[in-house]
Amino acid sequence: MSALSIREVRKAHQGTPILKGINLEIEDGEFLCLVGPSGCGKSTLLSMIAGLDTIDSGEVSIGGRVVNHLSPKDRDIAMVFQSYALYPNMSVRENVSFGLEIRKVPQAERQAIVQRVAQTLQMEHLLDRKPSQLSGGQRQRVAMGRAIARDPALFLFDEPLSNLDAKLRVEMRTEIKLLHKRMGTTIVYVTHDQIEAMTLSDRIAVMRAGEVQQFASPQEIYDNPVNLFVAGFMGSPSMNFIRAKVETQGAGFGLRLDTHGASHLMPAQGIDAALRSRVGQEVIFGVRPEQITHRPDGAGADQLHTLRLPVELVEPTGPDTLLLVPINGQEVTCRVHPTHACAAGEHLDLTFDLSKAVYFDAKTEQRLL
Amino acid sequence: MADASNPATGTNLGRVLIYAALALTCLYYLLPLYVMVVTSLKSLDEIRTGNLVAPPQNLTFDPWIKAWSSACTGVNCGGMRGYFMNSVMFTIPAVMLSTLIGAANGYVMTMWRSRFSDILFAALMMGCFIPFQVVLLPMARTLGVLGIANSVLGLVFVHTVYGLAFTTLFFRNYYITIPDELVKAAKIDGAGFFLIFRRIILPLSIPIIVVSVIWQFTQVWNDFLFGVVFSSGESQPITVALNNLVNTSTGVKEYNVNMAAAIIAALPTLFVYVVAGKHFVRGLTAGAVKG
Repeated sequence: MSALSIREVRKAHQGTPILKGINLEIEDGEFLCLVGPSGCGKSTLLSMIAGLDTIDSGEVSIGGRVVNHLSPKDRDIAMVFQSYALYPNMSVRENVSFGLEIRKVPQAERQAIVQRVAQTLQMEHLLDRKPSQLSGGQRQRVAMGRAIARDPALFLFDEPLSNLDAKLRVEMRTEIKLLHKRMGTTIVYVTHDQIEAMTLSDRIAVMRAGEVQQFASPQEIYDNPVNLFVAGFMGSPSMNFIRAKVETQGAGFGLRLDTHGASHLMPAQGIDAALRSRVGQEVIFGVRPEQITHRPDGAGADQLHTLRLPVELVEPTGPDTLLLVPINGQEVTCRVHPTHACAAGEHLDLTFDLSKAVYFDAKTEQRLL
Repeated sequence: MADASNPATGTNLGRVLIYAALALTCLYYLLPLYVMVVTSLKSLDEIRTGNLVAPPQNLTFDPWIKAWSSACTGVNCGGMRGYFMNSVMFTIPAVMLSTLIGAANGYVMTMWRSRFSDILFAALMMGCFIPFQVVLLPMARTLGVLGIANSVLGLVFVHTVYGLAFTTLFFRNYYITIPDELVKAAKIDGAGFFLIFRRIILPLSIPIIVVSVIWQFTQVWNDFLFGVVFSSGESQPITVALNNLVNTSTGVKEYNVNMAAAIIAALPTLFVYVVAGKHFVRGLTAGAVKG
């Protein structure tokens, strides 16, 4: 039995479609991230799961039970909001136990639950404070405590970390992941931050303009994006997209790469079928920055292909140095170890790992397989 | 500003000028009150012979006693006491009702929005700009149909209805600054419409309740037109009674009694301002800075 199942869910606002038929299904204990740029419908979808927004058509079931017409309180869910939405007039203790009180949980039991939740989140010393006396991170913690106290079948998180500063965001991210591991709860988590989605989830649904572009595990989405949008959205710095002409190369095919007068033919492997019909046409060659790097020692695998390229710009990030090289009139980002980096204006041997390269149709922007 | 080359003197001179202007303004506004107070504490003889702004030579509280309990308004010589109580009797319920309904209106218009919310709000806003005179005839008819014309209950009704446009505006504009995620969180916690209002929204509304109460109290207590039109004889409010007292043409004009009566009529609004004035300014500016 799936913990959450969304079938053909649609929503329109004043004639404009917001969600165009969403299908998602997750198992008990899974961590699902809905990720996408703002306006893609991810928050609307979360609201519809929560029952805070109506569903035009389709079906949402939680724990095997269709909840389309149930009010939020009857859906067995808890939600953590971006603004934390703590009740300002109540102490932390009252905030956590408010939902229990409404559900007529006896006083003694309520106390016990509050104590347990406070222990889990290490916030016992905060229980008698008002939300205005808490820092951003503490408020976030209390908001999570309020959700945990309810012990729901499904947790909903609506961009819970986007109001925190960068350092705290990373800390809380780890904490949420640990909490999920420890409690084994089912979570739907909305974020526009692809790193949050990558680090936290068991499965990611990448959304754009009211549609799910791809629904898969983080690694699958990173390695095998179904189209140009997903490939560009996931990963930072973003994947390089090089427009290149297909040419025949012996028995196989290659892509023509030009850089400052020098011309190379980059062999393309594993997609002969798709390229055969496109000889002479342009395709988009997708390669991540970490797949273009300095020449490894003693290499020689046929998946590796080295070009000598002029470096235009050097951006040290600490662990890696990013180099910008011009290929086919575009800036291409490469990621090398700082010890192998050169100065701007020099030439460097850069090795392309083609085993993970992907190819897209120049018009439809769909992946070529 | 006055002396750019020497900022210290410039600041000092500026300060002096500002305080002088403030003092002058205070004096200008307080002078009539001062004259009222000293006049109400003088005997009629002293008023006739003495200076208007001079303090009383022989302090007397008789004018106050007379104004309160035995001054004549027309043929009735029971003082302001009865009318004062009339005003209290309709002002307090009218203020409470209009504030409570205004809060509920604001709550519905911001937290439970429908597509009619904005139209309704715009319509209610019109109410703020309708002059008192325009509603007199329709209101008289309505009160007649309801059978509460010429009664304290009728005045409560009139002032509640007329005040709603303002109180709704106050609460709606205050609630619009409260994040609606708060209501969503409460819904998920299982709270319903009234529970959210009572447990979450109302406790956050203290500053704006104070604003609404002060505003409505001042409006309703000081109102003359509705009072003179929609009540008569024994049920008249103090503002109307004061007018009658001052305009009673038999005998000599008792300025000291008139002044005492006027101060009595103004005391409750003064009292409300002094007690809650601090919150008034705070409430008016609430929402400007997120707490």
